[in-house]
This record gives sequence, C-alpha cells and structure tokens, in this order.
Amino acid sequence: MKIDFEHRLSAHCENGVTTNLLRHYGIQQMTEPLAFGIGSGLFFIYIPFMKVNGGPAISFRTMPGMIFKRTCNSLDIPVVRKKFSSPEKAARELDERLNNGHPAACQVGVFYLPYFPKEYRFHFNAHNLIVIDKDGDNYLVSDPVMETTTTLSSYELERVRFARGPLAPRGQLYYPREKRPVTDEQIKKAITRGIRRNIRDMLHIPGNIAGIRGIRYTAGKIKKWRDKLGLEKSRSYLAQLVRMQEEIGTGGGGFRFIYGAFLQQAHAYHPVDELIGISGQFTLAGDRWRDAAIQASGIYKGRLSTQQDYNVMGDMLLEIAEIEKKAFKELAVVVKKMV
Amino acid sequence: MKKEDIPQDKGYVNELSYAVDKDGKYTTEKSIGWEVKIKALDVAWGDIEKKVEAARQKVINNEASPVLYFMELKIMDIPIIAGYTGFWQWQVKRHLKPRVFEKLSSRKLEKYASVFEITIEELKNLRHTLLQNT
Repeated sequence: MKIDFEHRLSAHCENGVTTNLLRHYGIQQMTEPLAFGIGSGLFFIYIPFMKVNGGPAISFRTMPGMIFKRTCNSLDIPVVRKKFSSPEKAARELDERLNNGHPAACQVGVFYLPYFPKEYRFHFNAHNLIVIDKDGDNYLVSDPVMETTTTLSSYELERVRFARGPLAPRGQLYYPREKRPVTDEQIKKAITRGIRRNIRDMLHIPGNIAGIRGIRYTAGKIKKWRDKLGLEKSRSYLAQLVRMQEEIGTGGGGFRFIYGAFLQQAHAYHPVDELIGISGQFTLAGDRWRDAAIQASGIYKGRLSTQQDYNVMGDMLLEIAEIEKKAFKELAVVVKKMV
Repeated sequence: MKKEDIPQDKGYVNELSYAVDKDGKYTTEKSIGWEVKIKALDVAWGDIEKKVEAARQKVINNEASPVLYFMELKIMDIPIIAGYTGFWQWQVKRHLKPRVFEKLSSRKLEKYASVFEITIEELKNLRHTLLQNT
C-alpha cells in the first residue's frame, strides 16, 4: 500500500516528528517552530550529579518526549503510546498499523542507525523517527534530520528500537489515535499555554541548576573548570557543552533561534506587536550563545588557555542569562494580553 | 543570526538552520556545517581514541580483559553493556579482570561477542592479536 506522506527536513528530531506526524494526521497548520513553542521546548539544565559520555550533562531543551506530549495535549489530540517487552510483538504491532496505511513514530537509539553519519553515532537513545511504509523486508523511514526518506531492514529497525542503556526506548511506538483537524482558535489557546509553561520553566523552576539560574550556575562552574579539572579535561567539558548546544538540530544557538521563529509565528495568531520585539531578543540570545561557542572553541582548539579566557566564557553566559531573563519577563507581561 | 551568517563549513551532515532575513523575518536555510561544532565533535572522538589506546595497553599488560577494550571501542560503559548483555553491572565489572574473563563459559562469551559484533575467537584472542600487531 502506498502511503501519501510528506517528508520535511527539520532542525530537530522531536520537533520534526511532531510536525510531520501531526500534519499527516490532519493538522495542516503545524510547523516546526509552533510545535517547539506549544511544547514549551526552550530550556536549560546542568545536572551536576550526572555524566554523559564522561562529560557534563547539559541540555538546552526540555526532556525528550515532552514536546510531542505537550503539543498533543494542548491541542486535544488523543495519543497512543506503547512500549514492548518483546521485539516480535513490537514489529507485529507496527506492521499492522502500516498495513492499514497509518504511519507511526518510534523512539530509537542512534548508535546502530546505519544511515546516520558515523561521527554522530553515540549511545543516544532518545532519537525519533517516523515509519511510513513497509516493502518486503524494508521499512520506509522519515527521519526529520535527514534530507530525504531512508530505508531500514526489519533487523536494523528492531535493533534501534531495542537499543539498551539510559533512556532505552523499549520499542516505543506512538501516534495520534485518529485523523482530526484542529481549529485556529485551538492553536491560539495552545500557543498561550505553551508560552506560560515556558515562562514557568525558565524563570520559576525551583533550585539553581535549571532555567535562567541554571545558566548562571553553569557560568560559575566554567570559571572553576580550569583549576579543578586541569586543561585537558576542561577542554573536553567545553567541547561537550558546545556539542549539546549544537548537536544535530538545535538550529544553532541552542534552540534560541527556533523560539524566536515561534514568537513570530505566534504573532500571526495573536496580533500583539510586542511579540516581534521579544522574538528579536531571543535572536540576540541565540547570537550570544554562538559567540560563547566560538570562545569555547578557542579554548578546546588550544588557542586560548588562560584563566582569563575561562572567565570571559563564564561572563558571556551571565550576559546571556540576563538577556533571556529580560525576554521572559517581558513575555510574562505580554502573555496576559494573549487570550 | 542573519541568513547570510549561517555557517557553511563542510561538516558531517546537512542541517536546517533558522535565521532572519533582511526584514527581520525568520526563514530557514540549509547549512552544510559549522567549524566550531565539527571541532567539538573531533575533540569528543579524540577522547574516545585515547580511552581505546589506554585500554589496549591494559590488555597487552594483562591488567584488563578484552571486554574493556571492546567496551571503549564501541563507546559503551558498564551500564550500557549490562543493558545489552543482561548481566548485572557488578558481573560486567568482574569480567573486566583478566583472571575472571579467562574462566567465562562460552555462553557468556557469546553474549559479549554478539554485542561487540565480533566472533568469540576474536574476543578471546584479542591480547594475542594486539601483541602480534605491536
């Protein structure tokens, strides 16, 4: 059976899966920035007691799975989500969906994903893709960070669906229960809700490791890295920070540009002119994140190595924290007009 | 970021970038990569190579079992290996010792070999192979 599915390249995998899947299931208005904003995707967290590949655990966006979940929730889209203990069952269930002409999304690990560039193949288990169709032993796959659709054999797909380790996907399959359009009025409400939740996550989350305070906390940490870890290890730590900021699909600048694009699209639904100005502030924040990444690269390339260079890097993050704090505070005032 | 500033340094994969045009409106464009990020990835792979080399030396000196070498080679760690093999983490930790490794049953070796995508022979004879190649 030939399924009519529109594959669109996106900056980030979960945004892309959310957008492409929802568009297929009848929500024509969905775009990547809208999915990101409605899902309150912008975030920052540094988890000090956790290590990723031996380096710091830093994220510039919300937890995996939340963007899809919140977007569907805000738009009243019923979602089916299943985990499996047996690979046979997981394959059977997917095949049944495809036989009926319904694409479904899978959470997968990237380490064994054959079409992925090998430089990116770490043991990262929260990647997302959409399986569109099956032809013989091959699955047709829409991976939103690839330019075109790709294929996976049933063995290859099973292997990535049952990748092990942290965040093991356990065959996870998810899709909207039915094809159902949403009204512009629903999108409007969802946008407001997404912005409110994002303000809460960035300004009011308790503790000092997440949100705006998390950025400041990281700034303080970076200034101490050189003395505490030594030159070599702090270089690796900074490289990891940049990788988290620039991993496939942050759209550069740690997702800040996508959020800027979201606020511009939100303006089409809520003609509140302040949104455009605030969008510009997120563009500025994204630009500053990129400047910080360039400073970091000076250090991990070995061009910069004094304590002063680390201080400059830390101060750049403090400045970013101020920019984002101001932007979210203004957004908190503006969102009251968005009803 | 302005559209004309989207970096175009040949990297490992093409990506979609969001940037503003002349009128300040957001638009998207493909980027073929960014040197800053390419270098960050290179640092990460350089670290992995160092770990593999350290593990190689340990296997040659009989201070660690081949499991350590292949673990580093496949960028795994003990929790990930435990996940794939079904062993407990403390078991994997023990299997990193050459003395314990030598006594492993072929069923256990088979589990490691399949996770590492090698044959049992390649797993068992690693030290021998490494010694020959040095």
